[in-house]
Amino acid sequence: MTDVLGQIGYYLTEFTFVRYAMVVGILIALCSSLLGVTLVLKRLSFIGDGLSHVAFGATAIAAAINLSGNMLIVLPITVLSAVLLLRSKQGAVIKGDAALAMISVSSLAIGYLIMNVFSKSSSFSSNLSADVCTTLFGSTSILTLSESDVIVCAAMSVAVIAVFLFSYHRIFSLTFDEDFAAATGGRVKAYNLLLAAVIAVVIVVAMNLVGALLISALVIFPALSAMRVFRSFKSVTICSVAVSAICTTVGILASIVVGTPVGSTIVAVYIVGFGMLSAAGSILRRS
Amino acid sequence: MKRIGVPLVACRDLTLGYEGRTVVEGLSFTVGEGDRLIVFGENGSGKSTLMKAMLRLTAPLSGTVEYGGGLSNKDIGYLPQQTSAQKDFPASVREVVRSGLLGRRGLRPYYDKAERRAADDAMDRFGIRALSARCYRELSGGQQQRVLLARAMCAGRRAVFLDEPTAGLDPQATAEFYALVKGVGDGGVTVVMVSHDMAAVGNATHILHIGGKSALYDGPVDGYAESGVGFPTAGLGVGTG
Ligand SMILES: Nc1ncnc2c1ncn2[C@@H]1O[C@H](COP(=O)(O)OP(=O)(O)OP(=O)(O)O)[C@@H](O)[C@H]1O
Ligand SMILES: [Mg+2]
Repeated sequence: MTDVLGQIGYYLTEFTFVRYAMVVGILIALCSSLLGVTLVLKRLSFIGDGLSHVAFGATAIAAAINLSGNMLIVLPITVLSAVLLLRSKQGAVIKGDAALAMISVSSLAIGYLIMNVFSKSSSFSSNLSADVCTTLFGSTSILTLSESDVIVCAAMSVAVIAVFLFSYHRIFSLTFDEDFAAATGGRVKAYNLLLAAVIAVVIVVAMNLVGALLISALVIFPALSAMRVFRSFKSVTICSVAVSAICTTVGILASIVVGTPVGSTIVAVYIVGFGMLSAAGSILRRS
Repeated sequence: MKRIGVPLVACRDLTLGYEGRTVVEGLSFTVGEGDRLIVFGENGSGKSTLMKAMLRLTAPLSGTVEYGGGLSNKDIGYLPQQTSAQKDFPASVREVVRSGLLGRRGLRPYYDKAERRAADDAMDRFGIRALSARCYRELSGGQQQRVLLARAMCAGRRAVFLDEPTAGLDPQATAEFYALVKGVGDGGVTVVMVSHDMAAVGNATHILHIGGKSALYDGPVDGYAESGVGFPTAGLGVGTG
């Protein structure tokens, strides 16, 4: 045990980069958990999943045309898809969840296709399966995040958190009862659009940490865990922030010490956290 | 200050419906500032649909809804008949009531002291102050109705639109509610209320009775009894024929 702690201390003090990675990891987890409450409550849990597949496809395109800052492509495409998906809830040609499924599998397939085609013809990558794996499940180690990734992720997470804090009450009202918000002069359309854009940003940012397939966990687990115990929007929000911060810290440290992939380790810790809060919830309820 | 007679909401030639099926056709009426209008009509006659159109939540198939006297949605309170509120939503009573204050605020992100007090007052008036920390979804139907009424009253500085406000209220709460409506009405707030309760008439100034896709009666309370449209002769509901 002291050995493990010593090892963690060693990493944290010896490598400034590990500290940065930790900070970024936690920021990403925080902003995902903030939006999670709204997404879970608006029955949009799968939006995160679908968008992450879109982001995967966009990443493949960015890599294929060899763009260095691939955020420039991935972000706009994902934001656009988010807006279209949230829009399609009203007066859609294809029903919401079907549209989502369609878009997400298409992006996944096309993304993989592009990666394959270009890996054969160019300098794109010598190790295709490793690349695909990283994009889907996140970097094997948090230490492989590049410095520019870290800066961009931190900036965007802070922006998301700021937007959330600023529109906290409006997001509550919109999530609780959209008709009432619209009838009483809340600019529902504008806020839905903002929400869609912010969700997309979170997905793109979080993809760096846990990869496309595991993002939903970052988004929904803290909210679901908090809802097992708490009964008001404020307390659920605060609790999910706490859950995500603690679980992410533990997950990142564990992944460094044990040498497991970051994304799946964090998600494993989230699952444990959910179990613990569920147990706490049912004990509280019974007493 | 109180400009009685200024049309606050003017509906012209409204045709409402869903997917090509019309519910109301060619309906025109106005709501004056300070009026207390009751909308009667049997189940399915289009009262809730009309109310949503008046709130501009849904676009009419044809015709217009215009707000006069500088009214905007920000000055309006609304009690929906069925909330779009999520069933398992974690929200305390206090949070729900306070959300009624949002529309009127600019971009300022948090509630100030006066607003928190306004929400507390509204909870007092509906006898739910003691429940303020409770979870909304764990309340009884009548308690939930009171919470939504308090929220609507917080939002409605100039006008409140209430869709069956007394549904689920006990007799005492109903009587208190009518007194309250009269109170806000005397304070200059315009009230539009859908109801099946004839007792509501005592506090109204105008009645709109819809049926058969159009208005069977539209005018002041006084003429309603003579018109023969309304008062139930016996037992069940509003006899319209
Ligand atoms: N979302 C909807 N989609 C399709 N038709 C609808 C919808 N809502 C209402 N209707 C139809 O429109 C008609 C009017 O409905 P509305 O809810 O306005 O009636 P109401 O007068 O409020 O009735 P109640 O007294 O039961 O509340 C009904 O025939 C109903 O079937
Ligand atoms: Mg109705």
